[in-house]
This record gives sequence, C-alpha cells and structure tokens, in this order.
Amino acid sequence: MAAGNVSPSSANPLLRLQGVRKTFPGVVAVAGADLRVAAGEVLALVGENGAGKSTLIKVIAGALRPDAGTVQIAGRDVTGLAPAHVARAGVAVIYQELSQVPGLTVRDNLFLGREPSLLGLLDRAGEQRRARDVLARLGCDVDVETPVARLDLARRQLLEIARALLADARVLILDEPTAALTPRETERLFAVVDELRRRGLGLVFISHRLDEVARLADRIAVMRDGEVLGAWPAAALDRRRLIELMVGRPLDQEFPPRDVAPGAPLLEVDGLAGGGVGAASFAVRAGEVLGLAGLAGAGRTELMRLVFGADRPAAGTVKVAGRIVAPGSPRAAIAAGLALLTEDRKGQGLVLCRSARENFALGNLDRWSRGGWLDLPRETAVFARHVARLGIKLAGDEQRAGHLSGGNQQKLLVARWLERDARVVVMDEPTRGIDVGAKHDIYELINDLARAGKAVVVISSELSEVLGMCDRILVMREGRITGAITEPAAASQADVMALAVCEASHGS
Amino acid sequence: MARDAVSMTRGLSRRLSGYGMLGVLLLLCALFSALTLRDQHPTGAAAARELARALAARADTAASVLALARDNAEERAFLADLTTRLRDARFTRVRSVAAGPPEFRAACEELAAADGPRYLLTLQTNLPAVRAIQSGLPEHTRPVILSPAPYRWPTFLLVDNLRNVANQIAVIAIVAVGMTLVIITAGIDLSVGSLIALSAVVCAWLVQAFGGQAAGPGALLAAATGAMLLSGLAGLFSGAMVVRFRLPPFIATLAMMQVASGAAYIISKGRPIYDAPAAFTALGRGVDPLLGLPWAVWLMLLLYGLAHGLMSRTALGRYVYAVGGNREAARLAGVRTGAVLLFVYALCGVLAGLGGVVTASQLKSGAPTYGLMYELYVIAAVVVGGTSLAGGEGRVLGTLIGAFIIAVIQNGMNLTNVESYTQKVVLGLVILGAVLLDRLRSRPAS
Repeated sequence: MAAGNVSPSSANPLLRLQGVRKTFPGVVAVAGADLRVAAGEVLALVGENGAGKSTLIKVIAGALRPDAGTVQIAGRDVTGLAPAHVARAGVAVIYQELSQVPGLTVRDNLFLGREPSLLGLLDRAGEQRRARDVLARLGCDVDVETPVARLDLARRQLLEIARALLADARVLILDEPTAALTPRETERLFAVVDELRRRGLGLVFISHRLDEVARLADRIAVMRDGEVLGAWPAAALDRRRLIELMVGRPLDQEFPPRDVAPGAPLLEVDGLAGGGVGAASFAVRAGEVLGLAGLAGAGRTELMRLVFGADRPAAGTVKVAGRIVAPGSPRAAIAAGLALLTEDRKGQGLVLCRSARENFALGNLDRWSRGGWLDLPRETAVFARHVARLGIKLAGDEQRAGHLSGGNQQKLLVARWLERDARVVVMDEPTRGIDVGAKHDIYELINDLARAGKAVVVISSELSEVLGMCDRILVMREGRITGAITEPAAASQADVMALAVCEASHGS
Repeated sequence: MARDAVSMTRGLSRRLSGYGMLGVLLLLCALFSALTLRDQHPTGAAAARELARALAARADTAASVLALARDNAEERAFLADLTTRLRDARFTRVRSVAAGPPEFRAACEELAAADGPRYLLTLQTNLPAVRAIQSGLPEHTRPVILSPAPYRWPTFLLVDNLRNVANQIAVIAIVAVGMTLVIITAGIDLSVGSLIALSAVVCAWLVQAFGGQAAGPGALLAAATGAMLLSGLAGLFSGAMVVRFRLPPFIATLAMMQVASGAAYIISKGRPIYDAPAAFTALGRGVDPLLGLPWAVWLMLLLYGLAHGLMSRTALGRYVYAVGGNREAARLAGVRTGAVLLFVYALCGVLAGLGGVVTASQLKSGAPTYGLMYELYVIAAVVVGGTSLAGGEGRVLGTLIGAFIIAVIQNGMNLTNVESYTQKVVLGLVILGAVLLDRLRSRPAS
C-alpha cells in the first residue's frame, strides 16, 4: 500500500490534501484523507456511494470547511477559503448536475459572472474569439451564439470544461462525467481528458464505471467509509481487486449465476410503433431475462415506455399472458401485471419529498385499503417485510425517498412492484449511478425475479452487464430492433456494438 | 432505557415540529394576553351568582334589596338571573329595576324610605352613577352597596373574545382547507375570493327567488347547495384547464377570479341582496346551546377533521401528495393524476362556495364585494401553516393553525388599539417571519 502512494512527480503536486477530516453531526464523512495529484496526471477517485467522495470534493472546492487538515493548490494553502477564491487559485469542479443558464447562449454561459468588460460594456467580439478558441481546443463544434438549451448533454459538459479552461483552472475535478453519455460521447470526452493531461493539468476523475477508470487513470485512489485507503498505479489493480477494496470484502462473482429454464411467453409485443420506434416485435418468456442493448437514443427506453403505456403507441399490440393490454395507459399495464422501473428514478420513479414507505405504497394502496381508507398498520408491516427482504437501508420508515442512496432507491421501487406481484418487470438502466456493492444486490434481485417465474427486461448501456446477466439480448439502433444475440455467454461486447452501430447484422 | 427515552423525545419533537407554527400561535396568544391584562368586571350569570352569594352571606332574608341594571339586553339578562337567584335564596323584599339614571334615583330614594337593613346590588359599570345618587341621600338611610369585585384577566382570553376570534376566521379557514389541497398538488387557486362573492350573491339571489322573507328551511338549504355547486363547477372548470390544456394553475384561476367576480356583479346588478328570512342567519350567527360556539365554527372544525382524515388515512389523500410531489412518477405508478387534480380543484371551489354561504348567512345578505382579497388571506393561512408552494408537502391541521395565527394577530392588534394601516404592515411582516422561521427550522442539516 505504501508503495502505491509514491508516484514519479509527487514531489511537487498540483493538488495536495493532508489529514483532511470532515464530520457532520453523528457522521464522520471524511476521516483524515491524504491525496496528491501531480501536473499531467489523472487520478481516479473511486468508492461506493457514501464513502465520502462528494464530501471530499466539496472540501477541495471550498464549499465545505474541513474540521482538520489542509488543502494546497500548487503549494499554496487554500484551506477554508470561499469557493470563488479556490476557483481563482485554479480549481474547477464539473458536477453531475451542470450549472448553466439554458436560455443564454454558449458565449454568455462561458463568460457568465466574469464578463470581460470595458466600463460595463461587454466586449462581444473578444468574447466570441476567446470562446471559439477554447471550444476548438476541446474539439467541440458548436456555434458560440447557440442557446445552451439546444445542446446535448455531452456538449454542455464540454462547455463546463471550456469554462474552467477560460478561468485558467489547473486542477479539474470531474464528478461522474460519463453517467449520462453515450459510448461515442464518452470516447470524445476521454480524448479531451487525454489532451488536458498532456497540457499538464491535474485531473481528478470520479466514476462508478471501472472500465473507464482503468482506461483513463494514471493512479486510482480508493475511498471507503470516509477513509482514503491509498492510491495505486492503475496498472497495479485489476478489476476484481479494485471492487474488493471498494466494498471491503472478498467479492463473489460479479454477475451471480442463475439456473432457470424459461417457460411460456409472458410478454408478447407485436408491431409496436410510435415516438421514434418502428414496428418492434418480440416476446419474453417466464423466467427469462431479456437484455435490450444499443446506444443512447437508439429507442430502447422509448420502446419500453410504449410497452408500459407511458406513451401512446401509434400501432401494434402488447399482450401479457396472452391477453391484450389497453394501449397508452400505465394503469391498464399495471393491472395486466407489467412493471416499469424507469431510468430516471428521481424524475419519474419516486416522489422524493415523500417518505420511503409512502413511495413503496404508491400503486399498492388498493391492497390495504377498504372503501378508500388505508390500513396503516398493515402497510407498515408489509413495508417492513420488504425492507428486511431486500436489505433496504433506512433511517426509519419516514425517511424521505430523496435522501436514500441510489441503490436503496432502486430497491424501494423494486419492492413496490414485488408487492404488486408484477409478472413482467422492465428495468431501465437498473444499476446506473449505483455503487458496486448495491449493484450486486440488484443482480441478485433480477435472478430472484427470474426464479419466481417473472419475465424480466433489462435495458442497460453497460455491455458487460447485459452480457453477464441476460439469457438473450436484443440490440436496437435508430428505433428498430437490429439484431438478437441468443448466446450472450459466447458473445463479446464487440458483437453487441457491431449490431448497435453498423448496417450489417451478423449477430445471431 | 435511556435510548428509549431519547428516541421517544426525538419522535415527539419530530411530531411537534411538524406543527412548529403551533408554538408561534401559542406565543402570540401569550403576548396578547400579557398586553391586554386589565381589570375585568364580571357580568351576566357570573356577576349574578357572585352577588347572590355575597348577599346571602351578610344579610337575612327580610332585608330590603334593590337590584339595579341598565336597560339593555345584557344587563336585563343579568337582572333576571339575579332576581331568580335571590328568590331561590328566599329573600322576600326584592325589587329590581332595569332603567336609566333618573329611574335609578327614584328607586334609590324609595329604598332609603324602607326600614331595616338596606342593600343595593348592581354591576361595576353602574357604580359611579349609583354612588352619586347615594351621596345625595341622608347618611343613615344609605344602603349597603354590593357589586361584583373586579378581577385581573387578559381581555384577549375572555371567552367572548376567543369565540370572536374563531368566528372571524371561520370563513377563511373553511376555504383554506381546499386551498391546502390545491397547494399540495403544486397548484394555486386565486379565484376563491371571487367565488365567495359569487356564491354569496347566488345564494341570496336564490333565497329571494324562492320567496325571500317567506322562504322555508328547505328553500334555504336548496339555495346554499345551489351556490356551492356552482362554485364547485367553477373550480372543476379551472381544474379541467390545468389538466386538459396544461395551463399553469396561476393563469387558469386568475381568469376564473375575474369571471366569477364579474358574474357576481351581473347577477346582483352591483347591489347587495337583502331579501332573506331570519332563519337565513342560523349558520353564520347561530350558536350551539352547549358551548355557545357559532355553528360556522363547528362546521369549520368538522371540515378540518374530515380533511385531516382524508389526507392521512385515505388512498386519495396519498395520491394528492404524490401528484404534487411528482406528477409523472404518480402517473407511472398507476395514479389517475388528472382525476386527482380535478377533484382537488372542484373541492376547493365547493369550499369557497361554502365560505360564501357562511358569509351571506353572517351578514344576512349577498353582495359582490364579499371576499375581496380573501384569496390572499387564505393562501397566507396555508403557507404560514407550513405547506410548501412547491407541492407534495403540507398538513391540513397546519393550515388551521396558520389561519388562527392570522386571526389572533388581527384580533390582538384590535384589542391593543393598533390602527388599521399599521395592522396591515404588521400582518405582512408576521407572515414573512412565520415562513422564514419555518424555513430555518426545516432546512436539512448539511
């Protein structure tokens, strides 16, 4: 471990944390963290949710004042300075939630709050020139007068980086930058990161996607329970060892095995079309886990929303256990035994300001109400059973759903549909934003569902996950199902990608 | 053991903090109690009881007794009560006079002419007049004057005053029930003030049409129901605009506010409609025989009980919260979000209509000027009561507390002689302060 902490250029680091400690009432969020990032280095910071990564970043950025320890930027102590001063010292943090004004143009956003001005007049030509320069350096081809609202997420992210460069940032912290990007966009972002590394910036990269970490990082720092366990050269850690460090216990198989013989078709979709999806037909059998792969925007989410009735289809039918489901009505779909766990848990799955119990109960209330009156003790008891069974970590029934970790939020939604006794469960990106330990729990849950004879559909952008978890994979491109992989165990990620991008289908 | 105690107090404090504004309300009550602490003079039954007891303690039943009171309803009631009590105590030579000072003088002189022990019983307020008369009598003929002793008590806390507070806020509080639900769905209803006017006018107009002074109880009930139904339809219409065309509730109800107000003026031709039988005031002015609370207040309490049950114990209540917290998530969980919103806006309309009926009953007339600016008081009651304008959160009983905070401030300032312009300023600042306090308290510890 000690050996891992030494790196060639660590003698003169750009960013240096020493003994940083931060506690909140009742919680030690960061317990004495030491970290250094050299110029021209990418340090990946990994750890499960709640390990203290976010707190540590906030301490670096000046958003939180540490109880003890120091933060140095290029040898200068910036501990406890206000965020604006830390930024001036050369630190830029790109958070997951981008902080832009959608209605303003690219140029306006780039210079927002620090417009170069002469006697209060904006130097428009100068701004345009500098904006074009910096965007060109990042290989970002947008007109600087476009409103930011019209840009896709990837470009908006580049905009944040450009803003940091304009402010002469020397340390760039990227908090899960790839979470919502397509593979191609991710590659482009990585190219930018490589370029910044070459220019001598110090980068901190936070991600749950370990293949990205392996691809990008020079060194990997692992956090667990508020402690930085150490930083290792990326080459010295294999995936398995990394996961074990993060979860703090030896790992069982990443994708737990399942031995279920699929039965009769439960979900039959025939010629379903609408909202950019063209005439999709497929079936899922009881006990089968079907994977839906493809690039972001390929229509996977849209297709399953049509199946669930969240959007109204233009044509086609959906049958559950042989009976046609009324189209365009989530109520009818739920009554027929369909369940949809949306990709956007916070926006479409949960009522964040209500309690975990109420969120669980939503959609199940008829099970413990008579004439509209709720049997609250029964509800509490049923909920407690699911909490225990799924291992949902709660600080009490009344804890707000918005305060749960991603994994627990997902389990909460699974619990809702388990209680509903749904026969067909559709999970859209079930492990996105969920840490390694909880991912494993979700995989076990998927297996449990299959064993219980449910038909499961998993949409995932993580190819290793689709290949590892599914009995069969459908690949979508531009709203159409372009191919199927019937033997995922024998297939490679390249096989899936081939179906997802090229015209020729040679998968099955 | 210790841990149990800790978790218990924590649970209790969480439950109380849900109604944090209750503390503010109690504080305001204490403040105005302290500010209005002054000598109170017993009247009515209490005064009669005290005087009868005092006389029985010091005089025998053969004494000459004169009971004096002014000629108004309150004092006559006191006098009647006192006379009954004295008769029950077997005093034989009792004379009671309800009149003005000239008659007082004649009665006193008559008493002075009587032989044996002489007693004069009266209320504190009549003492100056009685003393002046007495000083003109020969010394040996002067009667012993008894009047109930004054006591220190806050005017604010007098039963009559508290009853008054409850009565004044009843309409706003009733309408605020519906508004709470609307705001929990992340909406707003600006039309309630106008709906109060419309409903009051329609109710009075229907009573007039059903025979005016001659209208029977059935007709009154039909008029009230008709007015509430119309208001409910107006609310339903606003709700339909919100659901069907995704209009912002602010806009939909702003339009309805204008429409309803205009309709009230058209129907009433801009004049109050007075033509109603005495029974029309039963709801607004009638009191229950037991506690003397106005029926409107009882109705308000009943509605809060029902609404609390609805929001905490029924599936529909849960759906209201869910739709407000995240409409899309609710829809995808199988909730009929459109129907929930329609229900909430229609209910708000019906309750605004009920508010109009109560107002009309209180004032025994319907006029298009009723309910002016009430939407703002109603919204203030909801917000002060801790309901978030962002939706998804809030408590019906909190709104009741919020309404009472507003009522207590107004009443307290009236009692302490704060002039009405200043009252507005103070009320505005208190609303701001109450909400800020709530923000600070509920801000998540970061």
